[in-house]
Amino acid sequence: MKKDFLKIDSQILKSRLIVGTGKYKDFKETALAVKASGASMVTVAVRRINILDKKKPLLTDFLDPKKIKYLPNTAGCFSAEESLRTLRLAREMGGWKMIKLEVLGDKKTLYPNMIETLKATKVLVKEGFKVLVYCSDDPLLAKELEYLGASAIMPLASPIGSGQGIQNKINLSIIIKNSKVPIIVDAGIGTASDATIAMEMGCDGVLINSAIAKSNNPILMAESFKNSVISGRQSFLAGRMQKLFYADASSPSKGLI
Amino acid sequence: MAKIQLNGRKLELNKKYSIFTLLKKYKIISKKIAVEVNGKIVNKNQYNSFYLKNKDKIEIVHFIGGG
Repeated sequence: MKKDFLKIDSQILKSRLIVGTGKYKDFKETALAVKASGASMVTVAVRRINILDKKKPLLTDFLDPKKIKYLPNTAGCFSAEESLRTLRLAREMGGWKMIKLEVLGDKKTLYPNMIETLKATKVLVKEGFKVLVYCSDDPLLAKELEYLGASAIMPLASPIGSGQGIQNKINLSIIIKNSKVPIIVDAGIGTASDATIAMEMGCDGVLINSAIAKSNNPILMAESFKNSVISGRQSFLAGRMQKLFYADASSPSKGLI
Repeated sequence: MAKIQLNGRKLELNKKYSIFTLLKKYKIISKKIAVEVNGKIVNKNQYNSFYLKNKDKIEIVHFIGGG
């Protein structure tokens, strides 16, 4: 098969699986899971450093940003303003222009506040950021984000960390069909088969964190996701058989004794 | 003597501190962090010349694991 990479803006990613680095037991497990997943990009959060405990290990000691692409996120931000502040700091840290915008609207559902998300996208694009946007699975709002200059649209499958899988396939299909920029399913994927389904539907990639980190064996699950994303993508490219109402025998009837 | 707030903690500085010397005091590697003073980002090339004054609110951030 011809090399089939994920292209976001001018960035080429060898893997269509992007993984989050939160919720792991420790950084060692994070690093092993990331390696097993084959991901070329990982999401990271921006937080205060611990002034008092200088011996605390750092994520950068386990995942070298020179070897794997960091995608700074705005997790925990509930307004456009907070998100902008976080991402400007992320850019200052090491020139990160490709970022994940995530403006939350509600603590219980972690559903995106789309009004603030649209506002922030506009400003970030103007400031030269390459914006990957976590969003609701509303086809019109997804299109609006594209118009505003988002580099990739990342609709949720179901609420963040819920593991409920893709809850609205029709909306997701419409979003995929209408979009000229990559669609990456972000949030809610529960297990490997969910990722395969997303890829078979024609998503360009998936972003997984909890489904790997909260598995009983995160490293094995990371590998499972690697395979499931490849599998789903290949299935999408190959094109599935037509569904029939009745049976169609697999063995020829000619020459039957 | 300047009373500052560093990552939400109140702190008294007994001498004149630049961001560079403050980072040195806490053994923080500047390339792994970003600094904000009173809500404004301070560029890395200003760490030497940016002196902290009374009531400054300083935030030093880095990357941690996240989804």
